[in-house]
Amino acid sequence: MKRKDFIKNVAAGVMLPAFLNGISLKALAGTSLAHSLRHLMDNDKVLVLIQLAGGNDGLNTVIPLDQYAAYLSARTNIALPEDKLLHLNGFDKTALHPSMTEMQQLFNDGKLGIIQSVSYPKPNFSHFRATDIWMTASNSDAVLNTGWAGRTLDNLYPKFPADYPNALMPDPLAIQVGSVVSSAFQGPSFTMGLAISNTNKFYNLIEGKTDVQSDTRWGEQINYIEEMSLKTDQYADVIKKAALKVTAQTDKYPAAGKNALADQLKIVARLIGGGLKTKIYMVNMGGFDTHSKQTEDADKATGNHASLLKKLSEAINAFMADLEYLQVKDRVMGITFSEFGRRIKSNASGGTDHGAAAPLFYFGHAIKGKVIGDNPILPANATVQDNVAMQNDFRSVYSSVLKSWFGLSQNDVNNILPGQYGLLPIV
Amino acid sequence: MKIAPVVSSIKTYKGKWGIEQAAQLTRRTQFGAQWDDVTFFANHSFKKAIKELFKDDDALPAPPLNNYNDDKYTDEEIAIGQTWITATKQTGMNIGKRKNSLRSWWLGQMLNQKRSLREKMVLFWHNHFSTEMNKVDNATFSYKHNVLLRQYALGNFKDMLLAITVDPCMLKYLNGANNVKKAPDENYGRELQELFTIGKDNGPHYTEDDVKAAARVLTGYRIENKVLADVHGLFEPNRHDITDKQFSASYNNTIIKGEKDAAGANELIAMIDMILEQEEVSRFICRKLYRFFVYHDIDADTEKNIIEPLAKTFRKNKYEIKPVLKQLISSRHFFDEGNRGALIKGPIDYCVGLCREYNVKFPGDDDYVNQYAQWYNIQNTASQLQQNIGDPPNVAGWPAYYQVPQFDKIWINSDTLPKRNQFTDRMITYGFGKDKQKISIDIITYTKTFKDAGNPDALIEEAVQRLYSVPLPDKERSYIKQGILLSGLQGMQSDHYWTDAWIKIDDVSKTVNRKDVTNKLKNLYQYLMNLPQYQLY
Repeated sequence: MKRKDFIKNVAAGVMLPAFLNGISLKALAGTSLAHSLRHLMDNDKVLVLIQLAGGNDGLNTVIPLDQYAAYLSARTNIALPEDKLLHLNGFDKTALHPSMTEMQQLFNDGKLGIIQSVSYPKPNFSHFRATDIWMTASNSDAVLNTGWAGRTLDNLYPKFPADYPNALMPDPLAIQVGSVVSSAFQGPSFTMGLAISNTNKFYNLIEGKTDVQSDTRWGEQINYIEEMSLKTDQYADVIKKAALKVTAQTDKYPAAGKNALADQLKIVARLIGGGLKTKIYMVNMGGFDTHSKQTEDADKATGNHASLLKKLSEAINAFMADLEYLQVKDRVMGITFSEFGRRIKSNASGGTDHGAAAPLFYFGHAIKGKVIGDNPILPANATVQDNVAMQNDFRSVYSSVLKSWFGLSQNDVNNILPGQYGLLPIV
Repeated sequence: MKIAPVVSSIKTYKGKWGIEQAAQLTRRTQFGAQWDDVTFFANHSFKKAIKELFKDDDALPAPPLNNYNDDKYTDEEIAIGQTWITATKQTGMNIGKRKNSLRSWWLGQMLNQKRSLREKMVLFWHNHFSTEMNKVDNATFSYKHNVLLRQYALGNFKDMLLAITVDPCMLKYLNGANNVKKAPDENYGRELQELFTIGKDNGPHYTEDDVKAAARVLTGYRIENKVLADVHGLFEPNRHDITDKQFSASYNNTIIKGEKDAAGANELIAMIDMILEQEEVSRFICRKLYRFFVYHDIDADTEKNIIEPLAKTFRKNKYEIKPVLKQLISSRHFFDEGNRGALIKGPIDYCVGLCREYNVKFPGDDDYVNQYAQWYNIQNTASQLQQNIGDPPNVAGWPAYYQVPQFDKIWINSDTLPKRNQFTDRMITYGFGKDKQKISIDIITYTKTFKDAGNPDALIEEAVQRLYSVPLPDKERSYIKQGILLSGLQGMQSDHYWTDAWIKIDDVSKTVNRKDVTNKLKNLYQYLMNLPQYQLY
């Protein structure tokens, strides 16, 4: 399974939008092509979304130091030791999980920020539904059929995929690394994203490896069909070319296979460094559904959740260093997100159950890193009912990215994210 | 790339008989693996399964209807809902409509086929005795030809040859009707040998003079068309060449004696007998069957161990088709895992197969206008994928069945592969048509027929088993599970999120859940059908 796997996933993500004959395309309303592309020439900013699947435990990620006693009593079995928490310059009431040393450094350098208690009214506690809400940016009780990033790309690149690729936008509009195309990229009729499902497949594509997976009659037929897929995929070639332009990357990445998120981000950096005009990337890591044993009893600063956060921290740090190395640092910002936070009170299995609001991180060389919002208020005697209350609607985060990072007009932002959401000072 | 040879023999299969083998049998002998059929075969003994396939006692299907009268056009002779095969004439106005009715009807026969080899063999013979509706330009002729193919599909090859030779559709298509003693037309006499019986493999097996002699034997037939509904081939002695016909050494210098009057028609029988005495005929037909049912490449081992014994069976049984097919389809070779997934689906197999695999519901007989319209949509899709039933590209049939070395790979090119994906995407999303007449994959109903759809691993396993004849790599499996069914959640302990969501799909208070589950399943099937594995059977 080498190059062909890449093709498979390209096929799943992109085959449809790339080829339209015979499928009636919904007339896409919106700004004219010329208008929109003019805008794009002025803005070369890229957004990287990092999905933390499963519901990250915000309270054990960003710890309200000023309420450590309440925190400790709510979470006796998993509370992080106070003396190991990582402090943040200029924000002494808030600390990071002990394993996030790289992100602490980035914060202190002003390249990483925290947005406190992000959620939405009437939070949903189902993974699937909550994920859907984050991807589509819908209200809790409404269903949207398009993704927020898909609507954004539809606004920036009207008439996709009919008029694409073209001279001004020869590249994929969005790339998902590490899974199928997220519903966040769903446009009005077609997905606006392309998937590179597995990092190995990417390297096999660019190294032109063919894999003889099976010397059977069917294996040979599969090879043929895959070669034909490659020929019919318009974007495989531009991806390969961009990747081949980058001959070296920073040495700060963990060894391949040790940190899946870092492996994914390394590809993203390479594609950005190689000159792809792709506007939005999404990568992901799973494992955050920590219902049980999220810490080690011997040292609660270690354990499952600690190692997840360590990977996140290492990966973001290497990626940031690479952006600088590849001389594209000011073009890129990233945000992390998770479908929900977890309950204030830990459960008896040494874990936490599905909750509501949680902090998210934003990072980049050209952002304003700080803590936006206040620490969540923890009750003195938390019960299983207690949740972190929302301070910032997640659509405020999206709006801020669209307006302040991509430079969209308020009118466009309103079309993409119906409703009014205040802007946050992220840039 | 070197391909491992498949050397299992023609002896009767004695191995394991379970769902996998039953699926293999179904995919190759029906259009797509309709799961009810697969389980039927699996639940019966191997012997009974094979017996079922060779049941050929179903009545011929009811004929095609006038589905085409509308506010713009009225067939002056045939009322809507009535069959047009009784019509006494066709006009420039109704011919196209009747041809489309016939194509739709034929597609409907495939969709609604019984657990028998018959419909698949109709397609085989259509490709073998290729005729083009658009050239023949008479819907009644083409319908009667189609009936003939179905009648003889599992019958006797010699009888079929005799019937095809004087069939109006063929008489017109290969100019048999213009073949008169004064100016013999060699068209049919040539194809009879080159394409229908002896072939050119390892030839020559006949000479140009044999073509001329055959043409003279065949002089005298014309199309008797006074009553269109009763159109038939007619031998007219006064148009027949009554001189003796000398054949070459390839046919042992046979002389077919010229006969006068009605006896002139006997020359055809004598010539067919002479041709069938050539062993090469049995090999030629068996190779074609092998390529249609098993694999495109016939290496020396296959020729010796499979084709030769089949050809022998064919001759021994006086060119009865059933024994030879039975031998092939119940052989170890046929069930060899090395032959699984070795064929690329032709467009008809691809399109009709999808509808049958997913039990796509079509409008019923009482709504024949929409029923025909939807049959036509599928037929038209297959046509865009380069297999327009009724109109093969020429008298040789579709190149995918004969063109060395490409064979079935010809079906897949940079135009058709994306179109194939578009079709599957369309059927899993908005389908064709609207409202009650709509045809599309009913994702939830289909998935409910699975044994254990609430278990994500079992769900993927069964979907793969139903839709693929080849394995799906484990990596893909876990990727589908996490990336599609579990929204990125990891580990065994996350499975219950899918299970809970699946259990609640019919809970009317949870429409959002139903929508979410539907989307996930849609993505699952769409993903599986976009992988190259789905192109094989």
